[in-house]
Amino acid sequence: MLRRTLGQAALAAAAAPLAAPALAQGGPVELQFWHGLAQPLGGILEGIANQFNESQRRFRIVSTFRGSYPETMVAAIAAFRAGTAPHIVQMFEVGTGTMMAAGRAIKPVHELLAETGVAINFDDYLPAVRGYYSLADGRMMAMPFNSSTAIVFYNKDMFRRAGLNPNEAPATWAELRAAATRLRAAGIEVPVTTAWPTWTQVEQFNAIHNTPLATLDNGFGGLNAELRVNNPVQVRHINTLMEMAREGTFRWGGRDGAGDAIFASGQAAIIFASSGARARFVREVPGGLANLGVAMLPYYNDVPGAPFNSIIGGAAFWAMNRGPNATRSADENRGIAEFYAFLAQPRIVAAWHTETGFLPVTRTAFEQVRATGFYTQNPGADIPIQQLLRGGGQMTGNTRGIRLGGFVEIRTIMQEEMERALQGQQTAQQAMDNSVQRGNVVLRNFERANRA
Amino acid sequence: MEKKVIFKGWALPLALLLPQLVITGIFFFWPAGQAVYQSFLREDAFGLSRQFVGFENFADVLSDPTWLDALWRTGFFSASVAFLALSVALFLAVQADKHIRGANAYKTLLIWPYAVAPAIAAVLWLFMFHPNIGLFGRMLNGMGIPWNYKLNGDQAMLLIILASAWKQVSYNFIFFLAGLQSIPRSVLEAAAIDGARPARRFWTVVFPLLSPTAFFLLVVNLVYAFFDTFGVIHALTQGGPGKATETLIYRVYTDGVMNLNLGSSAAQSVILMILVIALTMVQFRFIERKVHY
Repeated sequence: MLRRTLGQAALAAAAAPLAAPALAQGGPVELQFWHGLAQPLGGILEGIANQFNESQRRFRIVSTFRGSYPETMVAAIAAFRAGTAPHIVQMFEVGTGTMMAAGRAIKPVHELLAETGVAINFDDYLPAVRGYYSLADGRMMAMPFNSSTAIVFYNKDMFRRAGLNPNEAPATWAELRAAATRLRAAGIEVPVTTAWPTWTQVEQFNAIHNTPLATLDNGFGGLNAELRVNNPVQVRHINTLMEMAREGTFRWGGRDGAGDAIFASGQAAIIFASSGARARFVREVPGGLANLGVAMLPYYNDVPGAPFNSIIGGAAFWAMNRGPNATRSADENRGIAEFYAFLAQPRIVAAWHTETGFLPVTRTAFEQVRATGFYTQNPGADIPIQQLLRGGGQMTGNTRGIRLGGFVEIRTIMQEEMERALQGQQTAQQAMDNSVQRGNVVLRNFERANRA
Repeated sequence: MEKKVIFKGWALPLALLLPQLVITGIFFFWPAGQAVYQSFLREDAFGLSRQFVGFENFADVLSDPTWLDALWRTGFFSASVAFLALSVALFLAVQADKHIRGANAYKTLLIWPYAVAPAIAAVLWLFMFHPNIGLFGRMLNGMGIPWNYKLNGDQAMLLIILASAWKQVSYNFIFFLAGLQSIPRSVLEAAAIDGARPARRFWTVVFPLLSPTAFFLLVVNLVYAFFDTFGVIHALTQGGPGKATETLIYRVYTDGVMNLNLGSSAAQSVILMILVIALTMVQFRFIERKVHY
């Protein structure tokens, strides 16, 4: 990896003085684009970048896979410090707070559009997506692209074996527990598991119950937000998970995306996962598409107003300046803006959505896909978008999204505390209190580093 | 008799030394200096704002209960790995030193694991002991033993100790075997004539003569457990569950690379650097004198 970085640094250094003369001779302006999607998603994404390259001759997007999302984030930040940042980087939603506070390291979308005169109609974007990547006054900071949300996948065959209706998934946690008990009794090894445990069981959980993950509208209101994951509804839910784990109806699948494998291999009956995992499950779960049930996240029906809309995950594209003391030329900015406008076209959004299971991020694209009859041929493919619009589309401060600095670290902290609770070393209340206490230290450090 | 070569002038010796000095300078002193410098700073991830904070990062690290936990954990982990790797290697070396059929094949096979990169070794262990996809992991669960190192901290610790020690046994084996072979036969025969049984011969004759080798290996193994087990931990447990397998070196990585908290990470590296220097000094002081190859 070091060699690749050095090689690229050398290339970038060599290319920088050449860029201007190359343009004078009519060659395209090269724009470095780093992404964090492995195959097959990465290949589909690079295919879209190639379509852009073929659609015009002034600019050329050079796509590079930089490892997982966190690795891509770290690589881009290190490159920025060395003065060789990519023009565009794909950043997962957890890094949003860090990028928002990055000052002159990034080039906000609204500035790019204003300076270049390129127009993108952000009113067409789903409110949940738009809200996640815009400032409080509505100005867009990043270009939304591959957004997902957490949903439930279940194995219909296992439901049948346990005498459950395979066409109706449990809607509430009480129903889910009852179903899990019957699955367990029917000899299913892992009735319930989860991928991305904090995302599905804490972040999404608080959104659909309209309870605060953090103060100041989950951090949208400023850097001095404090965690609130020790709220009673959350503690009650962690307790439910601990009880289910003791009864053998819930299995901790590991941190981050590790849980996906347990469902894909056909061991688990129900999993909480990213809607973007659909493509993999259709291919790997025994029985394929016909055996794969899709449902919305369950909720506690005694919590007032629940269920509210879920929030998004996935990633967006951020334009970066080259280094601490270097900005982009007008040509480079123009190229980035035109690439963004290309991505906003309904046909591109619709194709990405239908090929991968990520959300259709614009309404026009959603309508287009619906008109083709895709959702009747692929039952469940529209569940994620319906869930995002659940609760009448009236977003509250708790359901708009999360904007906390250092959130990668906070996620790790919450996972550690949940693991200790599930091992029986502490109660649900202690686990969440510790998460708040340790997470707030991270938030205060971030606030201090970014205020100075 | 010592041979001395004397160069005329400075140019040639300097030119001969230069490559080594340049490499040491660029790849050791420069980054180490950077770490020391950064340990006194607090900055945002992008390096856009920085603030000199003196020893605050060190004070924060040393007063952080989770760091102190990691320190004790690292001590326990390193001691366990060193003990296990040394005792198993000594046992195997003593067996290999006997006159047995196919001794050479046996020795070669024992040396092989050393050629396996730590991360790959960890993946091998992952495929054996993963609770859901691992061969032994599923077998243990099938026998009614609740094996899930993803959630049970003690099991996770046991697993990384086993994986790390396994990796180091080969190295220790080579040294012990060489040490055993250099013990004069006459001493052992004399002891045998005096009526000492094999066990007694081992503890009173062989073991004391091996002790310089053992001491050298102890230091090497401790350094290995401290610094070279990152790959094993990263591939198997990522420091989890909870913080059950987070050692000091793994923490430097999480705080610096994943959490982008460079000041704290640099302060931790400097503390580790002081530890290595201390270990190296111990090695020079006691071992250079005693070891005979």
